[in-house]
Amino acid sequence: MSGRRLFSVPARRASVAPFLWMLLFFLLPFGFVLKISLSHTAIAQPPYLPVFDPTQGMAAIKTAVAALSLENFRLLASDHIYILSYLRSVVVALTSTAILLAVGYPIAYGMSRLPARWQPLAMILVIVPFWTSFLIRVYAWINILQHDGILNKVLLALHLVSAPVVWLSTDTAMFIGIVYSYLPFMILPLYATLAKMDSALLEAAADLGSSRLATFWLVTFPLSLPGIAAGALLCFIPIVGEFVIPDLLAGSDSPMIGQTLWLEFFTNRDWPVASAIAVVLLVLLLAPLLVYERMQRRQLEGRR
Amino acid sequence: MAKPALARLSPFNVTSLALGLAFLYLPIVVLVIYSFNASRLVTVWGGWSLRWYFEFFNDAAMLSAAAMSLRVGAVSATAATILGTFAAVALTRADNFRGRTLFSGMLYAPLVMPEVITGLSLLLLFVAVDAERGFWTVTIAHTTLTMCFVAVVVQSRLGSLDRSLEEAAMDLGCDPLRAFVKVTLPLILPSIAAGWMLAFTLSLDDLVIASFTTGPGSTTLPIRIYSEVRLGVKPEVNAICTLIIGLLAVVIIAASLASKLSSRQGESAAPL
Repeated sequence: MSGRRLFSVPARRASVAPFLWMLLFFLLPFGFVLKISLSHTAIAQPPYLPVFDPTQGMAAIKTAVAALSLENFRLLASDHIYILSYLRSVVVALTSTAILLAVGYPIAYGMSRLPARWQPLAMILVIVPFWTSFLIRVYAWINILQHDGILNKVLLALHLVSAPVVWLSTDTAMFIGIVYSYLPFMILPLYATLAKMDSALLEAAADLGSSRLATFWLVTFPLSLPGIAAGALLCFIPIVGEFVIPDLLAGSDSPMIGQTLWLEFFTNRDWPVASAIAVVLLVLLLAPLLVYERMQRRQLEGRR
Repeated sequence: MAKPALARLSPFNVTSLALGLAFLYLPIVVLVIYSFNASRLVTVWGGWSLRWYFEFFNDAAMLSAAAMSLRVGAVSATAATILGTFAAVALTRADNFRGRTLFSGMLYAPLVMPEVITGLSLLLLFVAVDAERGFWTVTIAHTTLTMCFVAVVVQSRLGSLDRSLEEAAMDLGCDPLRAFVKVTLPLILPSIAAGWMLAFTLSLDDLVIASFTTGPGSTTLPIRIYSEVRLGVKPEVNAICTLIIGLLAVVIIAASLASKLSSRQGESAAPL
């Protein structure tokens, strides 16, 4: 009898507690989001109708289902504010992901070329800023980018500009903040695939007369595609729903969808519309999430 | 053995690494330096001073928010570590069980899910069951998010572990549970500790999910800092941020020492 099978039963039992927890606190809540997105907005506590009353049994379910409405989704489709928010989020996320790739790839590549004993140190150095609070890192950039901040002081001292440049509350500031915050999410998967690469392939390419640039383009880059895809998705999906960075660093004229959701929820107290925004966002993000999941599984199978 | 020419560091590699690390660290260094600035204006240097640290320690609202965050962090990180470790064991050691795809899907999704969605959905759950919002709702929310990170960290260690050690223990008469407790658990302890720290720092850091799930009187530190920052840069915030960075540095150094110690123990135990 193999030890593997012996272990399987208690290991399966270990899944019960986390499984139930995630069902209860991760999956089930989406049911409530969906339900409330189909409810009517109301001036009440909580601010939506109808309120589901489980003590009424089947009758409650029937009334609740009968009262479901699509008005919130109709509103999302008809109002430019929402459509523009979704568009801006996707454009910002795509642009950020492209910049992250351009910035992160050389760093990950450099890490993977370090002597083996230095690589763990380099990895820790990349991870540590990720552990020092997200909010602090965004806030640190306010210090630097504000009107009389360090950046303007340096630029003025070097005579690169003649007057202080407006950095804060611009898209530039927002992109800097996003790239800074998500850089480790891009570097780590890239580094993982680049470090795993068989250096014999590079030697073979060199032996066959390939220049360094050609070797990179024909061997290294194609082999790092899984890392590129993983890093891109790991960054793209959360950036689409980003709230803190655009709120603190970008101008206020065109919000991203995460900000719009926040506004509807906290300022307008329109919970049904906020829920509908979340449902549409979720559906929008499901496609890249599923692609990512499938790719991961394929990678896992390849490793076995 | 000579390294293959292509594996050597080129000036390009060195430059991109150096620039990358500078980009990652300079903003934090600037923030730490300015936290010791005596001037009220954040950008005017008025000499070294601890003024803003005293200011923080006299700010009752900030202090209670910090205490709240530490309590939520400690409780949720502990719960997340237990649940996340169980999840990691199930993912690496159980053969295909029913619902495995759903299980791993639920564990990976929160890692990338936008926080506004996670926060909103949890709040709507709490409202639907009429739970009083405060310490416990934030703690449950943070446990849900951070256990997924713990699961990933512990899972990567479990996956790289030599299975024959467990099998040897079972061949020698251990039942699976004892083999796990006596052999596997000590070997993965450093990654469990790392998982706890990650969960703790993520909880300490979270603004969005806490904003949705907290109630009146249960403000966490990020919520408090955020409301200050929106009104403009305050030097006191620099001091608080520096204190948080310092705290995390201590935790990270302690953890790396602990893992070094445990790996040295492992080496000295190996010949036996």
